[in-house]
Amino acid sequence: MSDAVLKDARTISSLVAKIGAVVGQRDRPLAFMEVCGTHTHAIASAGLRRLLPKGIRLVSGPGCPVCVTPVGYLDHAVALGSRPGTTLCTFGDLYRVPSSHGSLELLAASGGRVRIVYSARDSLDVARERPSEDVIFLSIGFETTTPTIAAVLEEAEREGLANFRILVGNKTIPSALRAIARDPETQLDGLLLPGHVSVITGWHVYRFLADELQLPAVVSGFAPAEITRAILELVQQATTGRAEVVNQYARVVTAEGNRVAQDLVDRYFEPADATWRGLGSITGSGLALREQWARRDAGRVDIEFPEPEEPAGCRCGDVLKGLIDPPQCPLFGTRCTPDAPVGACMVSSEGSCAAWYRHERLGLELPGRADTQQGG
Amino acid sequence: MSRDEGPPPKILLAHGSGGRLTYELVRDVFLPELSNPALETLSDAALLPELPPGTRPVLTTDAFVVDPSVFPGGDVGHLSICGTVNDLAVAGAKPLYLTWALILEEGVDGELIAACTRSAARTAREAGVTVVAGDTKVVPHGKGDHLFITTAGLGAIPENRRVGDDRIAAGDAVLVTGPIGDHGATIMAARHRLDAGDLQSDCAPVNGLTEALFAAGLDIHAMHDPTRGGVVTTCNEVARRSGLRILLVEESIPVREEVQTICELLGLEALALPCEGRVLVWLPEEQVEPALAVLRNLQYGTGAQQIGSVEAAAKGSVPVRLRNALGTERPLDLLSGMDLPRIC
Repeated sequence: MSDAVLKDARTISSLVAKIGAVVGQRDRPLAFMEVCGTHTHAIASAGLRRLLPKGIRLVSGPGCPVCVTPVGYLDHAVALGSRPGTTLCTFGDLYRVPSSHGSLELLAASGGRVRIVYSARDSLDVARERPSEDVIFLSIGFETTTPTIAAVLEEAEREGLANFRILVGNKTIPSALRAIARDPETQLDGLLLPGHVSVITGWHVYRFLADELQLPAVVSGFAPAEITRAILELVQQATTGRAEVVNQYARVVTAEGNRVAQDLVDRYFEPADATWRGLGSITGSGLALREQWARRDAGRVDIEFPEPEEPAGCRCGDVLKGLIDPPQCPLFGTRCTPDAPVGACMVSSEGSCAAWYRHERLGLELPGRADTQQGG
Repeated sequence: MSRDEGPPPKILLAHGSGGRLTYELVRDVFLPELSNPALETLSDAALLPELPPGTRPVLTTDAFVVDPSVFPGGDVGHLSICGTVNDLAVAGAKPLYLTWALILEEGVDGELIAACTRSAARTAREAGVTVVAGDTKVVPHGKGDHLFITTAGLGAIPENRRVGDDRIAAGDAVLVTGPIGDHGATIMAARHRLDAGDLQSDCAPVNGLTEALFAAGLDIHAMHDPTRGGVVTTCNEVARRSGLRILLVEESIPVREEVQTICELLGLEALALPCEGRVLVWLPEEQVEPALAVLRNLQYGTGAQQIGSVEAAAKGSVPVRLRNALGTERPLDLLSGMDLPRIC
């Protein structure tokens, strides 16, 4: 075992003890929402939820870009990819997400051209290799991903790659946080703010949480000890009636963020209303290509597809708003598993259902799962 | 055509025709490296000597399509011998004979074929196996990807030796012979042009390790090489076949820092990355120390560790669990959907 790991374990134990002392006995647990898929994954894989005292409830917010992508976007992508002479390029996470009547995986199996790329830039190579094809990158992601897509558009422009377009599904986190925090259904006591997104946005964009909505908020890194330290700060604020935005990830997050990246995004994109799975339409929470770049916009291709259908019984929406924990969905672990996902939250490794299923289902009563030993 | 020795500059469809060019390829590229009496007859099939008395034959087959064909720490030629030898070795057999068939893509560099043949021959010598039959086919440009290899491997298990998942018992220890995921991480880094420092594939023949364990008189219950799907998949399969449960302890599992970094960059799990020169060993708990001493004394076993243990199945338990340094446990599931295509 490395010394660093041991040291981390000791730090976490002492932080957890402090949290227990501050939180004390409560009628209703303090509910803190993390809004970054990487936090969701880190919390689940380290088992932090089970280490924390009962007075703390960690809920996952809309921090996984794949999970908040509405079914209609996938239907649109599948419709575009079904046209002859089209190659879709996508991040792997989106590949298996069910659309209304299929998925990108099924499209590929039926002869459609779908390429999985690790970065948006790889899709430019596809466009270069296939000059006679219409190459469409499925552009989803938050503030962390969007600058790389803007950079790719810049490269395509410079090179004059006429056959490269994107289907824009990009979203911005602060407006979504505002909508969730204002929703009377969600009774949050604080927010664990995303580390990576904040590198780009800077932490000042979150000041409204404390100033207008009186919510404690902490920008945190991703190591289990960093997350535990952020939770301690949230508990201290919540139990003393304070509300501040605290930056505990100062080694990479500044007040103003990365201006170069912001400017690059601004050159290609402008704010637009966007539909979030589970949250509905949120004003100004998405991006659209500026009119000047209309020729790069695969969304402007004249194509029809039927009204999207959300999978029956799937409670992704309630999970994304933090109203229920994944195991409270009747499909969790029975009809919906990572092998046969019904909703997006079970597909992406950053999705809260997948994180719960993969890391936190020990001790849960889940009938009928093939891989659980039912007898001795 | 030239009668000069050495590989042709480019592989042509005619190299797979069975005619003169095929003969020249065999004569100039394969035979000089792999030569032995059985192969030299260039007959339709190899006639082999009798197996050592009291042994039982073990047969395996494998296919190798790794992309890229050449990677830090090896190439598809080296990999093809290791993969085949290792399947025999972890079954408890002494690997003896291999067949080696190439599917070449029209237009591929002859020197690539020669280099992969040289490394295959070198590894075969190291592992003490003989390539006794071969075949070459060429597919049109665009219908293959450089070079694919298929093999068969024949080994012999001594009469008194029996390994198998049915021998695994609650209380057994699980050992690994070195850091995990080096091969998978090396391939993924090469494919994504990531700087992986000095990281190399762990690809190596492991029959030296397995034979040393038997020679030390240890009661080896079962062995597996964690290739596709890595440690996670192998342990899940063993749990299913044995009807037992496996608990792995995260901080005792050796993972190189470079591998961990590549996993974080690409969103992979080191425990699910393939190894091509590691063995997972199941044996009684009290034999852990002597087994580790044997392994650590050998070139490919210096990083050997105990990584977990076997438990009886209980109601509601999952096949494989991972305990982290905080003492919390999580299930380790088989991968869903695609893992890493064309990693071996």
